[in-house]
Amino acid sequence: MPRLMSVEELESFRAELRAARDPKRPCLTVCAGSGCTAAGAHDVLAGLRKMLEKHGLQDAIDLKSTGCHGFCERGPLMIVWPEGTFYNQVVASDASAIVASVSNGHVPVEKLLYRDPVSGKRVIHEEEVPFYARQQRVLFGNNGKIDPKDIKDYLHVGGYAALARVLSSMSPEQIVDAVTRSGLRGRGGAGFPTGVKWKVCRENPAPRYLICNGDEGDPGAFMDRSLLEGNPHSVVEGMIIGAFALGAQEAYVYVRAEYPLACEHVRAAIDQAEEYGLLGDDILGTGLKLRIHVVKGAGAFVCGEETALIASLEGRVGEPHPRPPYPAQKGLWGRPTVINNVKTWASVPVIINRGPEWYAGIGTEKSKGTMVFSLVGKINNTGLVEVPMGITLREMIYDIGGGIPGGKALKAIQIGGPSGGCIPAKLIDLPIDYERLTEAGSMMGSGGMVVMDETTCMVDIARYFMEFLEDESCGQCFPCRKGTQRMRQILARICAGNGTEDDLPLLEDLGWLMKQASLCALGQTAANPVLTTLRYFRDEYLAHIRERRCPAKVCRELIFYEIEPTLCDGCHACVHVCAGQGILGEKGQVHTIDRAKCTRCGACLEVCQPKAVRVGTGELVCQN
Amino acid sequence: MLTFTEAGFAGPALAVRGGGTFAMTETELQQADSILGQFEDQRANLIPILQDIQGKYFYLPQELLSRVARKLRVPLTDVYQVATFYRCFSLVPRGRHQVQVCLGTACHVRGAPRVLDRILTDLKLGAPGTTRDRQFTVLTVRCVGCCGLAPVVRVDDKTHPHLTQAKVRGVLNKYRLRPQVQEEVASAEETGDRDATAHVS
Repeated sequence: MPRLMSVEELESFRAELRAARDPKRPCLTVCAGSGCTAAGAHDVLAGLRKMLEKHGLQDAIDLKSTGCHGFCERGPLMIVWPEGTFYNQVVASDASAIVASVSNGHVPVEKLLYRDPVSGKRVIHEEEVPFYARQQRVLFGNNGKIDPKDIKDYLHVGGYAALARVLSSMSPEQIVDAVTRSGLRGRGGAGFPTGVKWKVCRENPAPRYLICNGDEGDPGAFMDRSLLEGNPHSVVEGMIIGAFALGAQEAYVYVRAEYPLACEHVRAAIDQAEEYGLLGDDILGTGLKLRIHVVKGAGAFVCGEETALIASLEGRVGEPHPRPPYPAQKGLWGRPTVINNVKTWASVPVIINRGPEWYAGIGTEKSKGTMVFSLVGKINNTGLVEVPMGITLREMIYDIGGGIPGGKALKAIQIGGPSGGCIPAKLIDLPIDYERLTEAGSMMGSGGMVVMDETTCMVDIARYFMEFLEDESCGQCFPCRKGTQRMRQILARICAGNGTEDDLPLLEDLGWLMKQASLCALGQTAANPVLTTLRYFRDEYLAHIRERRCPAKVCRELIFYEIEPTLCDGCHACVHVCAGQGILGEKGQVHTIDRAKCTRCGACLEVCQPKAVRVGTGELVCQN
Repeated sequence: MLTFTEAGFAGPALAVRGGGTFAMTETELQQADSILGQFEDQRANLIPILQDIQGKYFYLPQELLSRVARKLRVPLTDVYQVATFYRCFSLVPRGRHQVQVCLGTACHVRGAPRVLDRILTDLKLGAPGTTRDRQFTVLTVRCVGCCGLAPVVRVDDKTHPHLTQAKVRGVLNKYRLRPQVQEEVASAEETGDRDATAHVS
């Protein structure tokens, strides 16, 4: 492939690509994101490939692996084009049925179609699945269509058109102005207006640097990973436009070490873009220069903080430093640096293509555009969801998420990762935007949304996050280092049934102090999960303290297991899995649990078919 | 998190818990030099170099840390500071198979702590770490990004979805050395643990 030497060459190459591809030609796309891969997508791909070869159809039907479609719960997913037939939970042995259906006039394979759990009807197209119907997939729309390792696929769907447009008809100032007018705010969590950041950076002298923050450390969030894996060119294109606007010649993509596939795909995207003349020394013959380097994180949550990330890039430990000066003034190697989240960079080409006014038309007054959430936890439809800002939690949980499994009651929604807070079920009509979430004591964060039902203990969740943050605190400033440690100790004490009522105001005091005195956002927001659970679920804390009772039956020290004699059929399954040999009874006889030996691991509950094992709390616990 | 004392910070050779010292052979050192040779002598390359060493040896041998310090003209204390700060580095050798138990929020609410306990019991470990025979190293990670399949455990490169306590032994057995598996079967038969026998076969 010769380098594209001008914007016109890019457009004529795209026209050639489009002409060469027959839109009616059948194509099987299989999601090969991390979720579907773990569920067996590569076996499905291999099965399909073998079946196509067996029937001599490999030249008539295309087969490709794409990025994440978002509906991880039902993986492996695939789509048959051009009809757009959507199959879920595909296994390798379905390959022959799929290939047969494509070659026999595209009659869908009934059993692989998604079945609506409410109506029981089979649904053919992706957009008819309720999970997708309410979404507006501006950033993730192309994930299911393109092969992330083939730049031609990205060009085919209109990729690099925004770059062509800015290079041929916009000045750097106009780009910054467009980004400002779009109302785009940083998608990494804090929601700082991107246009303002860019403007500040431009006011400082060159050389300037760009960084893409892909250190997605929040547990329960994986949208940056999916975007880098599924559509890396959209991020690369956003960065090239940014480089033109900001006059930068060096850029870095910082990817978490836990995401090997994302690293591989971004590297491949950069190599291909260089080969095509879209990156490198003379971008599309305009003289614009940009080199993008991929840097793998070394495993530290705090490196998601921008100054810590910069320290890590410089080869030092990831310790944040006080701001100002902001990175836009003094960042990497002391030079002005724009550091934006993966989704922020990927939004830039969209804003250029569709216009800032279009983008600003989506969302609420102060929060514009779409936001990507990872909807996980106790929810029927787990996966990635892209929705306009301002959608209510009710729509997210019930319309898109399909409600709570097992007919259980919704208890809380944890938004924004460890720095966010737990929003109680009673606030379910809260519209999701930056301001509303902050008022409720939570924050947007990077968009992790963990749904919790009545079997989740809020004290345990608070302890979990504090343990995480104690572990991840860089230890540089005292309020965070010691505060997270003390809070975790107090919470562990309450979970063990040894808390006192004085602990609650103490936790609030500590939380206030950490918010005021910590150096970086990690410490300043670390108390949020504790403060919000105290605010909305104080009763639960008091039950642990006053009654030594865990209402959700989670905290091990406060629960016991017992077998309901009328339900036990003596199948012995629990005896095999018991970690402490604490289950007594012969096969065929009613079993009992010896509480002195029971380690309360819950394995018996997991395997008991007749549901005879029950969990109790509050009484008799002290016997053990 | 590893500490200096465990790694034998100032000692001439790396002392490892559970006995045995590790010294690198001349050929190994030459191989290591070829890793170092791929990088320019810049401070910014410190983390990528350590990542490559960790990727090759599954830990950071002490001899190499001194070489890295000399090459980049960075004080050895700085190299140790970085090596002990980041989670992906280890100063003691890790086992043949790395068992990463995801403790992300989604996995936590779907029962990951109990899966972790079961894995530790099964491998006879009191806390995450390396087994005596150095076959397994159990590590906890905060989110591998497969929340839709929670709880998950990643062994080496393979992610095992929807784990339950009952599935743990079957997953670990796939990575056990064969004689060890046979021993397990024998002892399981003796104690009448049919569940274990079923998983092994």
